[in-house]
Amino acid sequence: MTPVNQERALTVLSPLAALLVWQLASDAGLVNQRYVPSPLKIAEAGWALAASGQLELHIYATLRRLAVGFVLGAVPGVLLGIVMGLNRWVRAVLDPLVAALYPIPKIALLPLLMLLFGLGDWSKAAVVAMSVLFLTIINTTVGVMQLDRIYFDVARNYGTPWHKLFLRVILPGALPTIFAGLRISLGVSLVVLVSAEFVATRSGIGYLIWTSWETLVVENMFVGIIVVTILGVLATFLLRELERRLIPWQQ
Amino acid sequence: MSVSKIRIDKLSKTFGEDAAQVQALRDFSLTVADGEFVCLVGPSGCGKTTVLRIVAGLERPTSGAVDIARDADSRRPQNAMVFQEHGLFPWMTVAENAALSLEMRGIGKTERRERVAQFLEMIGLTRFADHYPQQLSGGMRQRVSLARALVADPEILLMDEPFAALDAHNKLILQEELLRIWEGSAKTVLFITHAIDEAIALGDRIVVMTAQPGRIKAIVPVNFPRPRSAAELRGDPRFGALQLSIWRMLEDEVRTARLQAEATR
Repeated sequence: MTPVNQERALTVLSPLAALLVWQLASDAGLVNQRYVPSPLKIAEAGWALAASGQLELHIYATLRRLAVGFVLGAVPGVLLGIVMGLNRWVRAVLDPLVAALYPIPKIALLPLLMLLFGLGDWSKAAVVAMSVLFLTIINTTVGVMQLDRIYFDVARNYGTPWHKLFLRVILPGALPTIFAGLRISLGVSLVVLVSAEFVATRSGIGYLIWTSWETLVVENMFVGIIVVTILGVLATFLLRELERRLIPWQQ
Repeated sequence: MSVSKIRIDKLSKTFGEDAAQVQALRDFSLTVADGEFVCLVGPSGCGKTTVLRIVAGLERPTSGAVDIARDADSRRPQNAMVFQEHGLFPWMTVAENAALSLEMRGIGKTERRERVAQFLEMIGLTRFADHYPQQLSGGMRQRVSLARALVADPEILLMDEPFAALDAHNKLILQEELLRIWEGSAKTVLFITHAIDEAIALGDRIVVMTAQPGRIKAIVPVNFPRPRSAAELRGDPRFGALQLSIWRMLEDEVRTARLQAEATR
C-alpha cells in the first residue's frame, strides 16, 4: 500500500477499532451496561426504532424546525445586515439593539416564544431563527462594510442600476463573510433546537433523547445522540456544498 | 481636432472640514479637444486623481465646473474609467468583468459574449475568458480593466495611473497596445501618470501640475508624429531632451510635495 492509502485505511480503521474495543470491554463487563450500552445493543435499538417508523418521525420533526427556523433567521438577517452595512444612520439605530440582544442565550427566550407562537413547531423554529438572525446580521454587516470602496466607484462609473448593485456587487462581495456566519449559526441552531425539544414537544431528536433518559431506555438515548450528530455533519456538508457552488471564485 | 470635448473651468476642491481642511485643487482650467490624448503629470497628492474623478462624475467640485460636449449619437456612455488598482470584481470572470457596462445597460448574454470576445482577442486574453481575476497576473488584470473600459465604448477614456503597478516590460507592452488601440478609435483620453516618459510616449499634450493645492504649472505639446511606437520613441534624442525639460519643471514640485508629506506625518 502507498502511504496515502495507508493513511486512508487508518482513518477508517481507527473508529472501527474504537467501536470494537468498546464492544469487547462491554462483553468483558468492564463497562456498566446500564449506563453505557454496547455498540451492538445501540445498533439493535436504532434498527428497532427505524423499523417502527418512530425514528423517521423524530428526524423529520427536527429537520423541519431546523430548516424553517434557519431560513427565517438567515434571510432577514442578510437583508438587515446589508442595509446596516451600507447606511450609517440605520447602523446607528440598530447597532445598540443588536448588541443588546445578541448575547442573550436564545434558549432563555423559549418560554416567551411559546407564549407568542404556541406549543407547536413555530416556537421551536422561532428559537432557531433568533439564534441565526443576530449572527447573520453581524456577519453580513461586517462583510458589506469591508467591501472595497473602489467597487462602488466602478459600479457607479459603469452605470450600475441599484438592483444590479445589490445583486452583482454587494451580495457577492459580502457572501464569503455571510457564509462564515451561517456556518457558526448552524452549529448553534442544533444545540438550541435539541435543548428546546427536551422540554416542550412530543417529537424530534431532542425529545427522543430526553424521554429515553426519563424512562431509562439508555440505548435509545444513544441512538438519539448519534443521529443528531449525523444530522449536524450532513447539514454542515450541505452548507459547504452550497457555499462551493455560490462562491466559485474562492477556491 | 479643434472642437473642444472637455472644458474644465476653474475647478477647486477642498476635502475635510474646519481645521482639517485640505485644498487638493485650486483654479484648475483645461480644455481638451475632441480625440485628443492629454496626460497629467504631477507629484503625488497634487490632485491629479481628483481632477479625473470630478470629470468622471464620481466627485463634486467645491467650485468650478466641467462641461463635456456630447456626441450626436449620445447612446454611448460619456466616459469610462480605468482605475489605478484595476477594480475588477473578484466574483466575476474575465468575460463578465469586461462585459460590465453591457450587463448594466441590460444587453443580453449572447450579445455580451460576442461583443466582449473581440476585445479579449485584442488584448490577447481569449483563453482566459472564464478565469477569475485572482487567477491572472497583475499585467493581465490591468488588461482586463482596459478591455472593460473599451467594451463600454465611451466618448472619453479616463485613465488613472493604469500601468503604475506593472513591471517595466509589461508597462512598455501595454503602452504599445494602448497606442495601437487608441490610434484607431478617435477617443478623447485623459491619462494620469507620474512617469514622464510614459506621458511623452502616449500624449498629444502634457499638463504639468504643481504640488498641493494642484494647479497647472505648464502645458507641453508633444509633437512626435503618429502612429507612434512607445519603444522606438525612447531612442529618439528629442525624447530625452523633452523628458529632461519636463523633469526640470516638475523637480521643485516633487520636492515641495515631499516636504508637505513629511510635515503632516
